Amino acid sequence: MKSAVIVFPGSNCDRDAAVALETMTGQAPAMIWHKDASLPDGLDLVVVPGGFSYGDYLRCGAMAGNSPIIEPLKAHATRGGYVLGICNGFQILCETGLLPGALMRNASLHFVCKPQALRPDSANSAFTSAYAGTSEVSIPIAHHDGNYFADKATLDALEGGGRVAFRYVDNPNGSARNIAGILSENGRVLGMMPHPERAIGGHEGGADGRGVFESLLGAD
Amino acid sequence: MKAIVHVGLKPGVLDPQGKAVADTLGRLGFDEVGSARIGKVIELDLTGDLDAAAAEARVREMCETLLANTVIESYRIELQA
Repeated sequence: MKSAVIVFPGSNCDRDAAVALETMTGQAPAMIWHKDASLPDGLDLVVVPGGFSYGDYLRCGAMAGNSPIIEPLKAHATRGGYVLGICNGFQILCETGLLPGALMRNASLHFVCKPQALRPDSANSAFTSAYAGTSEVSIPIAHHDGNYFADKATLDALEGGGRVAFRYVDNPNGSARNIAGILSENGRVLGMMPHPERAIGGHEGGADGRGVFESLLGAD
Repeated sequence: MKAIVHVGLKPGVLDPQGKAVADTLGRLGFDEVGSARIGKVIELDLTGDLDAAAAEARVREMCETLLANTVIESYRIELQA
């Protein structure tokens, strides 16, 4: 699997993502600076990593969502390439319109950083098939703005279309309908607040995030 | 010309910061505060010879493209000569 990680000023999970991708796919990803005007040819997966792109100026993901690399990212998604947005990456994908809704300040106003129990909600997607039969996983969260918001019609469409990938057990941030991660309409784009790249085994503890990458390796 | 853009959460969207501010004001004895909403003010200095209508159209485009996320926010534009 050929992958790339987009790096913005203020990204801080780009190297975690790179280690996870290399560990899980056996191939180091291309690290792509956000000002690049194109992505390498033949990519299967682009990861938009976590962090604080542009210092969260204006709104989380607002500046990054208008970076030069976003047009090629949209083209990649449109032609059916996989996109995984994690944490700030999820916020950025919402800003670009690749995913619906928005991530707002946590209802508690607190930054939340802890292992989080999740329920894989749609185990037949390219990102979640490895979780079939798994009722609960633990994947770390670390965010201040993870409170997912969308209007009722959008939430109904997400649920009706099997596009909620993960839900929180004990909602940590006020997200609508306990949503922790959602899929695009064509199922090729996943945005999620929890960090699967921090849960692939090893010193950080926990390996429940491996399923996201294992699912992708088994996907078309 | 100067454009002042006011960006705030739409009515009905929970504003926990505003709620915290209103609660604190109440605790400080400002009992008349029913609620508070927090927003942003963005001041833009516009150069060139734009008339008011053209300037407003351009600033509206800026709001839709970058300055506001219209999923959760609304905006108001004020022009100053």
